[in-house]
Amino acid sequence: MKALSQRRRHPLAAVALLLLGLLVTGGLYAVAGNVNEAKAQTTNFSAQDIEEGEKLFVANCATCHGIGAVGAPEGAHGNQAGPALIGVGAAAVDFQVGTGRMPMQMSGPQAQVKPNQFDEEQTRQLAAYVASLGTGPAIPDEDILDVSKGDPAAGGEIFRVNCAMCHNASAAGGALTRGKFAPALAGVSEAHIYEAMATGPQNMPVFNDANISPEEKRDVIAFLKTIEEQGTPGGFSLGSLGPVSEGLLMWTAGLGVVIAFTIWLTQRSS
Amino acid sequence: MSASTDTYTPKTRVGRITNFVDTRVGGSSIVKEFGRKIFPDHWSFMFGEVALYSFVILLLSGTFLTFFFDPSMAETHYNGPYVPLKGVEMSVAYQSTLQISFEVRGGLFMRQLHHWSALLFVASVSFHMLRVFFTGAFRRPRELNWVVGCVLLILALAAGFTGYSLPDDLLSGNGLRIIDGVIKGIPLVGTYISLLLFGGEFPGTDIVGRLYVLHILLVPALILLMIAIHLFMVVVHKHTQYPGPGRTESNVVGFPVGPVYAAKAGGFFFVVFGILAVIAANFQILAIWDYGPYDPSPVSAGTQPDWYIGWVDGALRLMPGVGEFVIFGRTVSLNVLLPALAPAGLLFTLMFAWPWIERWVTKDNREHHILDRPRNAPFRTGIGVAGVVFYCVMWAAASSDLIATHFHVSLNDVTYWLRALFFLGPILGFIITRRICLALQRKDREIALHGRETGRIVRLPHGEFIEVHEPLNDYKLYRLVNFESPQVLPAQPNKAGHIKRTEKLRGAVSRFFFEDRVAPVTPAELEAAHSHHAEVEAPAEKAEVSGH
Repeated sequence: MKALSQRRRHPLAAVALLLLGLLVTGGLYAVAGNVNEAKAQTTNFSAQDIEEGEKLFVANCATCHGIGAVGAPEGAHGNQAGPALIGVGAAAVDFQVGTGRMPMQMSGPQAQVKPNQFDEEQTRQLAAYVASLGTGPAIPDEDILDVSKGDPAAGGEIFRVNCAMCHNASAAGGALTRGKFAPALAGVSEAHIYEAMATGPQNMPVFNDANISPEEKRDVIAFLKTIEEQGTPGGFSLGSLGPVSEGLLMWTAGLGVVIAFTIWLTQRSS
Repeated sequence: MSASTDTYTPKTRVGRITNFVDTRVGGSSIVKEFGRKIFPDHWSFMFGEVALYSFVILLLSGTFLTFFFDPSMAETHYNGPYVPLKGVEMSVAYQSTLQISFEVRGGLFMRQLHHWSALLFVASVSFHMLRVFFTGAFRRPRELNWVVGCVLLILALAAGFTGYSLPDDLLSGNGLRIIDGVIKGIPLVGTYISLLLFGGEFPGTDIVGRLYVLHILLVPALILLMIAIHLFMVVVHKHTQYPGPGRTESNVVGFPVGPVYAAKAGGFFFVVFGILAVIAANFQILAIWDYGPYDPSPVSAGTQPDWYIGWVDGALRLMPGVGEFVIFGRTVSLNVLLPALAPAGLLFTLMFAWPWIERWVTKDNREHHILDRPRNAPFRTGIGVAGVVFYCVMWAAASSDLIATHFHVSLNDVTYWLRALFFLGPILGFIITRRICLALQRKDREIALHGRETGRIVRLPHGEFIEVHEPLNDYKLYRLVNFESPQVLPAQPNKAGHIKRTEKLRGAVSRFFFEDRVAPVTPAELEAAHSHHAEVEAPAEKAEVSGH
């Protein structure tokens, strides 16, 4: 100890101390990071996640959702800037923030998909904070998102009965009232599809586990991924929009080419 | 022919065979008569042919499909190669359509060819009818052929709709459900008609088989019959022609059928076939595997009929949810019945009756073989465009959901706008079109009288600048000055000296139609204009040029 205290004024002491400090924090961070990553799958968040999430929430979300996510006060017509988020669960946050819908860029009939504003880590921290406020749907495990274990045919039946009336039978999307819409589902990640079913974002109803079981949700995802990956057997799909785009093609390109030929055939007359 | 052919002995084998056939069926006289029929050449005259050819392609591809299609609504479980439907409960009809698509060699191509041909068939029929209407080709003596054409259009719609319903997929089932709803909306008898048609409660197990018989037997047979009558009348009446020098009401200027025109027309069949084959090979149509088997509970977003039924669907979408009331314990659903039947009834009634309406208003009972340029009949062109706008508003309404999603507007707003246009559109269409026609006629008149503005500015010796106008050659001039222009024909008293109410109405309609009129240039006006401008219009090298 004496030797150490004698060298405390050594010119390199400050450097050594700095190095030591960096090593400790770096090491701790690495350990903590690994722990968090492992926990992410089971959606057990650390207290630190919750704390960081709260900071992000206060800075970015509380304007509309209120401090403590209690929701904004109701306006004159019963409209509300942002609803309370207590009990919506980590899945809702992961969906809304993970697809870029939240924070909303502007008010409108419905939050639009845009480039993500938060990275994965921040999204997780926000999810941790909101999940800490009350129990709600958790972020799904890898296992339940594994489409190779799903049955696309069974999923197709569930999809047609429960989803197709808004999202279209070929998942090409559809219109709802007053500018709202059900988006096309191609290119949406398995987790986000699951979370959408579990939490019912925007105008979508909630399909809870009693309604559509997690395995059935996996079947639906398997169906969507199958039709997305198999391509279109009959050629260009014209947006999979059905008879409207087919009729449009016939009236524009089809008749256009026919007219060009009729003009060519009758060209040499007087 | 009898005496000469009997003594004629051909030298070659081909000659002998030909002679054998000819002396028994009289082929040479048919060829002589029909091969010399004259058809005027204009691209817009070809659409009847396009319709005929796509119908032939429909017959060919349809025959192929009947080899493999099974119109049974018996329940089965799919066990074919398409994974997302494996084990799913479905009807045999749907399963056999899947088989055609995924297991029969070339089946998917033939299905798509059949469906695309149907779209082109009705499109070319519509285009052909618009051409006939806007050029006044339906006038005497062709009124009955116009009626046959209208019947053909209805049959084409019937053929399309019965075919659309056969695969028993979700989309076609949704379409049938709408038809069922409309039928049930008919007061008193609706429910019974529905029960008879579907063989019980919707959807039952009979409808696909029944529609199949209609689709492959009755409707095509009727279409063939009507086509035969239609073409026979074309031969009897001879083809109409656009106005031009040398073309009169008593001649037809064009090419004889044989040999060039027949070769062109025959080649054109393969052109149409080729275009449809390219489309069918490259563009997916009615992906029944996406829609899944029909089940009365789901309704998919974006459920639309094929384009030619779209306008009726659109009318249903535009109708506000009012008009349902109970009378004597029976429900009358005007909210369904009115949009489904009224616009279609109105449009088809006007279409069938138009030749007689026009004849009644103009009292023009002469034969017409020279067509009108649309601008020279502003009233008719205006009415036609009003009809087209009326149709297109309903047509657009059938895709209101896609308009909303693709242009990022509110579905409700699209509906409100289209509701307004449903009433205002035809009126605006009529007024604007008629004004455009009158303006074009004035432009024609101006060009006929003063020649084409060349943009060449000439400075005269005394300093005045003039633009040189180039007179038209006689061919071009003919088109601009030689046309008929109906005038207001006021109400006339009948033999007893009375002016009846209907005659007064006729007079009012006549005034409404023909009050605004640009008179054709008379020879005297032309003479006067040309002598007045002679010096100016003459080539600039003339030394003496006087201004005006």
